Amino acid sequence: MKRDIIIAGVGGQGVLSISTIIAASALKEGLHVKQAEVHGMAQRGGAVVSDLRLSDSPIHSSTIPRGCADVILSMEPLESLRYLEYLSPEGLVVASESPVINISDYPELESVLAAIKNLPRSVLVDADGLARKAGSPRASNMVMVGAVSGSLPLRQDTLESFITEAFAGKGEKMVQTNIDAFRAGRALSN
Amino acid sequence: MTAVPAKQVSNEKVLLGDEAVATGALDAGISAAYSYPGTPATEIAEYLVRHAKKHGRPHASWTTNEKTAYEEALGASMVGRRALVSMKHVGLNVAADPFMNSAIIAINGGLVVAVADDPGMHSSQNEQDTRYFADFAHTICLEPATQQQAYDMTREGFDLSERFQVPVVIRLVTRLAHSRAVVQVKPPRPENDLRKAPDPSKWILLPGNARKGWQALLDRLPDIREYTETCVHNVLTLNADDRTLGVITTGTARNYFLECAGQLKTMPSHLHVGAYPLPVQKIRKLLDHVERVLVIEEGYPLLEGQLRGLLPEIKPIAGKLSGELPLAGELNTDLVRKALGLSERTATVLTTLPLPGRPPQLCSGCPHQDSFKALKDVLKGFDHSLVSADIGCYTLGALPPYEAIESCVCMGASVGLAKGAAEAGFHPAVAVIGDSTFLHSGVTPLMDAVAADANMTLLILDNGTVGMTGGQPTMLSSSGIEKLVLGTGVKPEHFKVIEAHPKKTEQMAEVIRKEIDHRGLSVIIMVRECLETARRSKKKVAS
Repeated sequence: MKRDIIIAGVGGQGVLSISTIIAASALKEGLHVKQAEVHGMAQRGGAVVSDLRLSDSPIHSSTIPRGCADVILSMEPLESLRYLEYLSPEGLVVASESPVINISDYPELESVLAAIKNLPRSVLVDADGLARKAGSPRASNMVMVGAVSGSLPLRQDTLESFITEAFAGKGEKMVQTNIDAFRAGRALSN
Repeated sequence: MTAVPAKQVSNEKVLLGDEAVATGALDAGISAAYSYPGTPATEIAEYLVRHAKKHGRPHASWTTNEKTAYEEALGASMVGRRALVSMKHVGLNVAADPFMNSAIIAINGGLVVAVADDPGMHSSQNEQDTRYFADFAHTICLEPATQQQAYDMTREGFDLSERFQVPVVIRLVTRLAHSRAVVQVKPPRPENDLRKAPDPSKWILLPGNARKGWQALLDRLPDIREYTETCVHNVLTLNADDRTLGVITTGTARNYFLECAGQLKTMPSHLHVGAYPLPVQKIRKLLDHVERVLVIEEGYPLLEGQLRGLLPEIKPIAGKLSGELPLAGELNTDLVRKALGLSERTATVLTTLPLPGRPPQLCSGCPHQDSFKALKDVLKGFDHSLVSADIGCYTLGALPPYEAIESCVCMGASVGLAKGAAEAGFHPAVAVIGDSTFLHSGVTPLMDAVAADANMTLLILDNGTVGMTGGQPTMLSSSGIEKLVLGTGVKPEHFKVIEAHPKKTEQMAEVIRKEIDHRGLSVIIMVRECLETARRSKKKVAS
């Protein structure tokens, strides 16, 4: 069993937090994990990507080979299309439908969303809307963790325990908001 | 960035390659760690600085540049303590002088220099390979393939440094430095006692002593080679049933090879090299056993080049020099697949939508934006102009919508470039440099410019932060920088300090225009705190 997951977004959207929570949960459940991150220059409003590899046998490379990713999870619609060459033929794209338009040549949003819908397996998520409903627009990355969780070999309570741990320092209300956001996303994946 | 919580089992930690180096150094009993921030090495010192804040020891601090970091670590070694110095690959160019000489002074307390290379240039201006520097200095280089090895090799590096009396290089690459995995840690070793180097003549590199030190290093080399020939990091596995192909991997290249190896019909004979100088006997054994060899190394073809030598090859060698693997950029599983003769994986899921790039950008409201706007407005009034610049967030001023700068070569180069252009007869020549880069390497060329009263204008963008690497502190406050600039002899009437603010861009432009018109050296400091730094200190006050 292996799951190769590409987590994409724009600097500042919480890509590394998503990667961290899934990685910690997988380790807790006894899986091998490798996680590659991008630091430094790419973080400043640029495209950000993290490769996350989970497996029940040892993993060698921290990066995912072409055509091997089981899932592309993207915090931003355009960014979900940037890494398609890494997606396996049966791979799934889970993307937030809320764009970050910080470049002048961003394509028509409708054409971006249509391109995602045209993929063999894809899910568009109203991450911002569901996060706002849960209590904070900043919890949209946890909506996305929820939305992908059905495709991961991980228990819901394990993921929730690490979400709780990640936000514990910010108070009980923030923990609940993020758990609610996660559950709203998860409802879509069931 | 949120850290992955450590697993509950006490001897297992989830660590970035950088953090594994830091943890290995802590457990080896270092007394001090020094560094200048630089991607992808920054997180080594960040981890140690955080640790020092929490626990008090060992000492860990940022420094003005990589050279001062190296010399401070060397001082700790001189009095018998263990010290770690870390930097990005191009940082070792800055620290090259103390590095090269420290190889012949008989290191006392263990000294490990962790250098993170950036193949593929994710965040760098070149992809130079630090293994050549270790070879140049005739010292040991350990090259981890995994986070576990990053921990183990760093720990062992201190023992080797004391045993062979040389600085030991740990060579990382981006994909290891910035990837996380589980690391098993061992019980920590205590710090060394203070014990000054017993023979000071070894540290006084007067020619007479230096000749002895150099000879002593050359005399130790057979023992060092004996170590790399027999150590656990260089592993030879011969396949008795198949003699066609031998594969040599170095460092992280092994990961890509192992990723593909399961799909080969037979497992080739394999030599993995993780410790240098190269294990010549093991390489010879492999070559004697096989018909042809493929060399896979992350970085320049160091091993491959030595293997080929100058004379005709004794056996066919494939690698970067023969085109089976690319000379530029970083390796990956797909490139190694192809070199092994496996079928290429092709992308099957595609889109026809053209995808625009999304380069990094200055933060919205960043003070550099105001400085660039003012500068651009002034330069519109000239037929031609030259703006040399430097390394930091403000290098993004090269991209649209600013397109305000015309060079980025190495730390501090903007000042010397402007002076050289001015002295070649070009006007206006403007240099743009950040406060931390100015302190790192911009002060010395400024002294040249003062001595010559060069006809140039220096803009120091002072945001009180090392911004691009995540907001480390600078070594001097804004008022300190003002005194420093005046102290070099810049004429007070051509030294201006002005706030970088969206409402003040006209005023800023006026100052720049006036100083460009001055035929001689002017220095203008444009000052406003980095937004991220301001946000962090606000958060600190609130909590």
